[in-house]
Amino acid sequence: MTFAATLAALVVVLALTWRWLGSYMAAVFEGRVQFLAWIERPLYRALQTGPQREQSWRRYAESLVVFSAAFLGLGYLLLRVQGHLPLNPQHLGAVPPALGFNTIVSFVTNTNWQNYGGETTMSYFSQIGVLTVQQFVSAAVGIAVAIALVRGFSRGNSATIGNFWVDILRAVLYILLPISFVAGIVLVGQGAVQTLAGPVHIHDPLNGVTQTIPRGPAGFMGSIMQVGTNGGGFFNADLAHPFENPTGLTNFLYMWLTLSIPVSITHTFGKMVKSVRHGVALLVVMAVIFGGWVAFTTYAEHQPNPAVAAAGVQQKQTGNTEGKEVRFGDTTSALFNVTQTQTSDGAVDSASDSYNPMGGFGLLTGMMLGEVTPGGDGSGLYTLLIYAIIAVFIGGLMVGRTPEYLGKKIQAREVKLAGLGTLAMPLVVLVLTAVAVSLHAGRSAALNAGPHGFTEILYALTSQGNNNGSAMAGIAANSAFYNVLGAVDMLLGRFAILIPALALAGSLAAKGVAPASSGTFPTDSPMFVGLTIGVVLIVGGLTFFPATALGPIVEQLSHGRLF
Amino acid sequence: MLFNLRRSLTAVVLFTVVCGFVYMLAGTGVAQLFFRHQADGSLTADGSTLIGQNWADVRCPGHPLGSCVFHGRPDDTGPYAADPATHTSGGDNPLVANGVKGESGATNLGPRSRALFEDTRALVAYWHALGVDPTPDLVTTSGSGLDPDITPADALVQVPMVARATGIAPARLRALIARETQPPALGFLGSPFIDVLSLNEALAKLR
Repeated sequence: MTFAATLAALVVVLALTWRWLGSYMAAVFEGRVQFLAWIERPLYRALQTGPQREQSWRRYAESLVVFSAAFLGLGYLLLRVQGHLPLNPQHLGAVPPALGFNTIVSFVTNTNWQNYGGETTMSYFSQIGVLTVQQFVSAAVGIAVAIALVRGFSRGNSATIGNFWVDILRAVLYILLPISFVAGIVLVGQGAVQTLAGPVHIHDPLNGVTQTIPRGPAGFMGSIMQVGTNGGGFFNADLAHPFENPTGLTNFLYMWLTLSIPVSITHTFGKMVKSVRHGVALLVVMAVIFGGWVAFTTYAEHQPNPAVAAAGVQQKQTGNTEGKEVRFGDTTSALFNVTQTQTSDGAVDSASDSYNPMGGFGLLTGMMLGEVTPGGDGSGLYTLLIYAIIAVFIGGLMVGRTPEYLGKKIQAREVKLAGLGTLAMPLVVLVLTAVAVSLHAGRSAALNAGPHGFTEILYALTSQGNNNGSAMAGIAANSAFYNVLGAVDMLLGRFAILIPALALAGSLAAKGVAPASSGTFPTDSPMFVGLTIGVVLIVGGLTFFPATALGPIVEQLSHGRLF
Repeated sequence: MLFNLRRSLTAVVLFTVVCGFVYMLAGTGVAQLFFRHQADGSLTADGSTLIGQNWADVRCPGHPLGSCVFHGRPDDTGPYAADPATHTSGGDNPLVANGVKGESGATNLGPRSRALFEDTRALVAYWHALGVDPTPDLVTTSGSGLDPDITPADALVQVPMVARATGIAPARLRALIARETQPPALGFLGSPFIDVLSLNEALAKLR
């Protein structure tokens, strides 16, 4: 009953957010919101740029790549010298080279995969000056690319797709900073810690235990990590940690924050292409798949844990409690982890590794669909638009006409780029998983035996290849092998989709807009929604079914066996 | 290209200052000004109401097993800390302490894990020795390894044990549990729960 109320409340707040934030973001990127122009102007001067200086897709991509590379370099350097920097009350030493490389790649690519425990590895300086910064910037980069692709559809005969610097600055100043700041205050009010003082030592006379409790600026990191669909928390336990996620209310707020931009940007898209119905069509695609996965996964987690049941514990009322927090309960925990794996967020409030076989399957396959339901900030929209192009292409083949989307003819170049964008992720994930299970260094990292061990490895590479960052955290991935393999996975998973998306934006913007005729396949109809859902499910299903069959599916079918 | 690199470096510095330090320091300032208690970790004289403690080793005069307080989840990892030398065993697991020292986190044992089966069976036996028929929460560990809470059902099954050890009437303990039970946020977000530290602080006043 309370779970149904939670779901209903989530739908209501997201509907309001879609309406308001979606049209606000359109106004921001069309330059109609100007109340922070006094901050924008000096920043544009410092960067020698401005809204009037539009870029071609190549210039846009070049700016993005060089900017990301500069952040990779500086971030790596700061992690390596954190022992000599201030704001380090625990006197933590340098982050080791392979781990530092994996970590900075992880945060620059919006993945937030963490091969470290925050409270034992990162100084406050690194958490603030490296990791939190990237939580803003990587989200802004994703939003900028999505907006550039939207401009490809909304403009005709244009050589340019906007200005990268203006887009990321506006995303940060008008959207990410204000939302995270307000949300941060609410989180701290509920009990999230926010201090620069070090750990506290307390002796409890009631039980004679002396505790050392790590603390830090976790509340305001929590807000941006969710608004930015980053997911890399301050503490090792991430959003299961009571200092980051203290109450049922913060748990709900975190879900709302994660979903707000990826959901609302479909409205932004509709506004900018002057057809809100097209945005709604994409929203329905997202909602149908998301709803199906929520139902499946929460049902699975409400079933007893097989190993606990084998020990004679009756779990009829509680569901699977292993790895879950009492204040959230089984179904809300499962809902939470689904929201984090269907976006590119990847924060967890319960241990995915201890989910029932089909619960883990729900989380894993949520990422394997390419994270388009609703996906990450910006990345969800641009990846779903790539799937939509495949869908109009298939629709066009069926009726024998040149496919069009929003008046743009979809021709060989667009279909090739879309094909590259859809195939890059499965190719990278499956090849790297094959590499990992072929080598001793890859196999030995799994904590659990049997099919679950394979699932841990597959999950790790799927998560990093989709820039998700959640983990079946039993895997001991802080080795030179996994740090480097994961970094390759994350870089390809990000840039092999992002750059084709920008190329697509350039090629679409250059085309003229063809008026719709009676033969045009309507791309805002229920038929098109069904076709796009089909494309997402079939592409994901065909590429990943064999791999999941060896992991969670065989685990589910192994009745009465323990490993 | 070179111009782009110079511009990128300027942008890197700008973003690091604004999104990192200005944002975080302003946030910390506001948090400390308005919500000092929460921002510092919800501390009481005995610990933090948000961080689980080990209640398994508490001995009462005349009773050999530690049972004159309510126990929390049997979390075996956690910062507080799985270190026998300092005798600050993590969480509340009387049997195992296999966590990485100083880190929060779960056991990460899979749903068909033999280790999970054996740990659970041992915990069931431990509770039976205390005369308690355990609920699932009392034999499984949490996501953080620090879960500060139990459900009302988890507390009620411990009533006979605590009543025996303290001599307080079961009816009074049940009334205490009802008083300490907190509803879900806004009435529907999450589950009803009891903070074990607050419960034991209130119990100490009854003793």
